[in-house]
Amino acid sequence: MDNKPEILITGAAGALAQQVIARLRSRYRIVAVDFREQAYLGEDTSSYRIDIVKRDFEDIFRKHRIEGVIHLGRLITSEDNRMRRYNANVLGTQRLLDLCNKYQVGKVVILSTFHVYGANAYNPVPLNESAPLKAAGLTMDLVDSVELENLANIYLWKHPNLNIHILRPCNIVGPGVRNTMSTLLSSKYSPVLTGFSPMMQFIHIDDMADAIELAFIKNHPGIYNVATDDWVAYQEALVACGCIRVPLPSIPPIVPKLLSQMLGLRSFPPFLVNYFKYPVILDTRLFTQTFGFQPKKPLHDIFQYYAEQK
Amino acid sequence: MKVRTLLKKWLVSEELNQQMDKIQKPVGSLGYDPWGFNVEAAKIAGAICRPLYEKYFRVEAHGVENVPAEGPVLIIANHSGQLPLDGVLIGYAIATRKKEPRLPRAMIERFFPTVPYLGNWLNQIGAVLGDPVNCAKVLKRKEAVIVFPEGIRGSGKLYKDRYKLMRFGNGFMHLAMKYNAPIVPVGVVGCEETIPAFANIKPLAKLLGIPYAPVALPFILPAKVILHFGEPMHFESGDVTEDEITRRVESVKAAISELIDKGLNERKRLF
Repeated sequence: MDNKPEILITGAAGALAQQVIARLRSRYRIVAVDFREQAYLGEDTSSYRIDIVKRDFEDIFRKHRIEGVIHLGRLITSEDNRMRRYNANVLGTQRLLDLCNKYQVGKVVILSTFHVYGANAYNPVPLNESAPLKAAGLTMDLVDSVELENLANIYLWKHPNLNIHILRPCNIVGPGVRNTMSTLLSSKYSPVLTGFSPMMQFIHIDDMADAIELAFIKNHPGIYNVATDDWVAYQEALVACGCIRVPLPSIPPIVPKLLSQMLGLRSFPPFLVNYFKYPVILDTRLFTQTFGFQPKKPLHDIFQYYAEQK
Repeated sequence: MKVRTLLKKWLVSEELNQQMDKIQKPVGSLGYDPWGFNVEAAKIAGAICRPLYEKYFRVEAHGVENVPAEGPVLIIANHSGQLPLDGVLIGYAIATRKKEPRLPRAMIERFFPTVPYLGNWLNQIGAVLGDPVNCAKVLKRKEAVIVFPEGIRGSGKLYKDRYKLMRFGNGFMHLAMKYNAPIVPVGVVGCEETIPAFANIKPLAKLLGIPYAPVALPFILPAKVILHFGEPMHFESGDVTEDEITRRVESVKAAISELIDKGLNERKRLF
């Protein structure tokens, strides 16, 4: 066993976590955790299939001397039901942070989402980190995202020794990403709302992994938006990815939500319909200035990847 | 986008293309800025506006050179005519002036982003949601901003109230002082007559969730439009009371009133 410090990464079977692990494994001994499957990451990595809300999760902290945690293992909005998401994302994160405090972990990075700001017709552009989190006002289905943030915020101020970093990324896309936006860009037919094409930001999975690595290594706790300073209208992004747009009626507002529900559109769920109508544009200056972050993948390369998949 | 490229090819003359290229706006790799402004869409809108500006409304713009060539500036005007035609015509006048053209941002009513097509289209030609945070961010980027402090009180007023200035909000003065932005007052004459409204069906407006439901002709009349741009007004920043802010707003309102009178006196006939 080498003397590298040990760090815990949740959601380790996911594409983003694997990228982060690839970047950090030369400096740290990785303890990988995922509730879906045991990720095989080589002999220098301890990998566990375990749910962080289960009692035996604490054994990992007893067995390893965890010095840092990167919490990427959250259920995304299209996964599972509301209750399961609340348990995994809010109660699970609370348990993780309590264990971090108990076992004196000195650095925590938590992956949040831009969804917390809420897609509202009255959103100013761009939104900085102090903008109110309005997502919970839109739908109960996003309560877990906002609650996770609130919880992390409480621990951020209550336990400064944890050095918590909350990252709010824009749409993470690229190879291996299975979130709603990546699914839409990969699809041949993608729904749009008639007469609406909000501005969006996209960040390539490689750049997002770089951002997480930077935040973890440089250690300036706080809340940060993570996005590229490049913008494109949703419908234009779809066209650039070679998608055929399927227009859904957009007014009155209940119609697209009902249609999404009736058709069972997993990548265009009723509670995310507003995000395809109104912009949620992030102000990236704080993260860029604090960490010297420079994304490398331009929009053109991102969209070309999806176009080539078709 | 194919449609946009074709439209640009068909509609945008080389002269207009060159004129718009003189205006530098920071945009991303696909030609958009964070508010949705798009270079190609702005050029197409310019081409569509041209016959309306020159032939339909036969706009006369006086003193357009009073808008500074650079730096943050607030262009404050009276609002009228049910639709935001006044904002489009003021913007076109500044974008097509011979010397040092600029493409100002118009602050639009909160209702517009909820309207299919129209909200996106207005964003693409440079309009942004009329929110103080948005306005502050645009001024910080040293852009020119068109504000109608009367808001829907102005645009939705009835024909019998034409050229009566409604109450001005104080927000623009706070922003002008904070960002050291001069104020260029503009008196708009003619837009009142483009869509004269004789009544406002308030219950219908409430039912439809729109700011007003005017009883008006279903088309836009070709009224002659006269724009008078006044000298820039400078207001010192500092810790001043709200009463003083209101006095300063009133001075801008008085300047606009004078410019409207000037336009009305010059106007020989409505159409």
